[in-house]
Amino acid sequence: MAEELLKIEHLTKRFEDNTVLDDISFTVRKGEVIVVVGPSGCGKSTMLRCINALEPIQGGKITINGDEIVYGSKNLSTLRQRIGMVFQSYDLFPHLNVLDNILLAPTKAQKRKKDEVTKEAMELLKRVGLADKAKSYPRQLSGGQKQRVAIVRALCMHPEMMLFDEVTAALDPEMVREVLDVMIGLAKRGMTMIIVTHEMQFARAIADRVLFLENGKIIEDADPETFFENPKTDRAKQFLNIFNFERE
Amino acid sequence: MPDLGLDVLFKGKNMIRLLGGLWVAVRISLIAVAISIPLGILLGIVMTSKNPIVKVITRVYLEFVRIMPQLVLLFIVFFGATSALGINISGELSSIIVFTVWGTAEMSDLVRGALISIPKHQYESAAALTLTPSQTYLYVIIPQTVRRLVPLSINLITRMIKTTSLILMIGVVEVLKVAQQIIEANRMSSPNAAFGVYLTVLLMYFIICWPISMLAKRLEKKWG
Repeated sequence: MAEELLKIEHLTKRFEDNTVLDDISFTVRKGEVIVVVGPSGCGKSTMLRCINALEPIQGGKITINGDEIVYGSKNLSTLRQRIGMVFQSYDLFPHLNVLDNILLAPTKAQKRKKDEVTKEAMELLKRVGLADKAKSYPRQLSGGQKQRVAIVRALCMHPEMMLFDEVTAALDPEMVREVLDVMIGLAKRGMTMIIVTHEMQFARAIADRVLFLENGKIIEDADPETFFENPKTDRAKQFLNIFNFERE
Repeated sequence: MPDLGLDVLFKGKNMIRLLGGLWVAVRISLIAVAISIPLGILLGIVMTSKNPIVKVITRVYLEFVRIMPQLVLLFIVFFGATSALGINISGELSSIIVFTVWGTAEMSDLVRGALISIPKHQYESAAALTLTPSQTYLYVIIPQTVRRLVPLSINLITRMIKTTSLILMIGVVEVLKVAQQIIEANRMSSPNAAFGVYLTVLLMYFIICWPISMLAKRLEKKWG
């Protein structure tokens, strides 16, 4: 078994009186691809945001390689460099072209040399089929292209793991594929990932493990085969049934 | 061709005088803009505060200045200050004060709008990319705010230049006042001069304002 990379112990998150995440614990091993599924509002996205310390937590502990990630702490930006995150709404910087979007954080936050990062960025852009878009501005790109750029931008920081927060939810169906293919490519290269998604087919294809979340709790934690064929809980069965269409 | 009385423009120093009047108008607007922009930026940032008292005070200021006709504000400052406070300020200084008060209000609203229009996600994705808060402002937030702001503030400059046509009412000799004087002085020799002279004034305003508003349009397109 590969070494543990991310460890979440008894994570609790509340908004006022509303408990969004309730005593969540799991570990992610190096190279593992974890897919998180569950009904809307179950806390999936919040969980990712807590892992990257974009939200304060009310209880529990999140560690990466044994270093605790604490909201608002001094060394947070160093720890965050180990985690890349891609959001549903792409969030490219609209005033910068594709290449400058990618270069900004490596050159400013990591103080790396521009030539070196440019070379790497161009290679990554080529890999996702966007080398010719390096000088384009985000507004000139389609949603799927923007999302691929956002993935490259995160990868260029050399993260040890990636978080994907419903990255295809805002895309037209024909663009979903091109983004998912990039993620499958990453999985093949051994990238550790936590993916929140509503694409069940994709989840099944890419996951090493599936977490099913409901009301802020992990109800199932299984390999994809077991989860999609023989879910243990009724709640998971019900949830999976939403995706099945039959005409009696 | 009807006689537009354009010949009066070439009598004596009339053209130079008109241009001088135009310069008075432009100078007043430029000084007011130069003061309004920094004050407006500060006030705009203050306006994004969550403090309810601050919100109410700034809102009242903004609405008051906007609702009042500029001419009334000019009268209040120019005549009001003299009679109520016993201080004697020149028409030009009064104009600069009023245009600054007005410009600051307008500018602050533009700044507030530009700031709140930057989505929360921009801050978050910058944070996820491990940029520090100051790097986030420097490289992500401020450039976007400025891009939204520059075309709008350029438009504000042209609005100010146009509104300076009111200040002749408090005795400032700007381009429109000079035009009146020229027409009056030549009433006997060129009774039809009014049309030609005012047309010239119109053209002068246009020549000043049009390039400015073209520039604003271009920037808007470029950054939009």
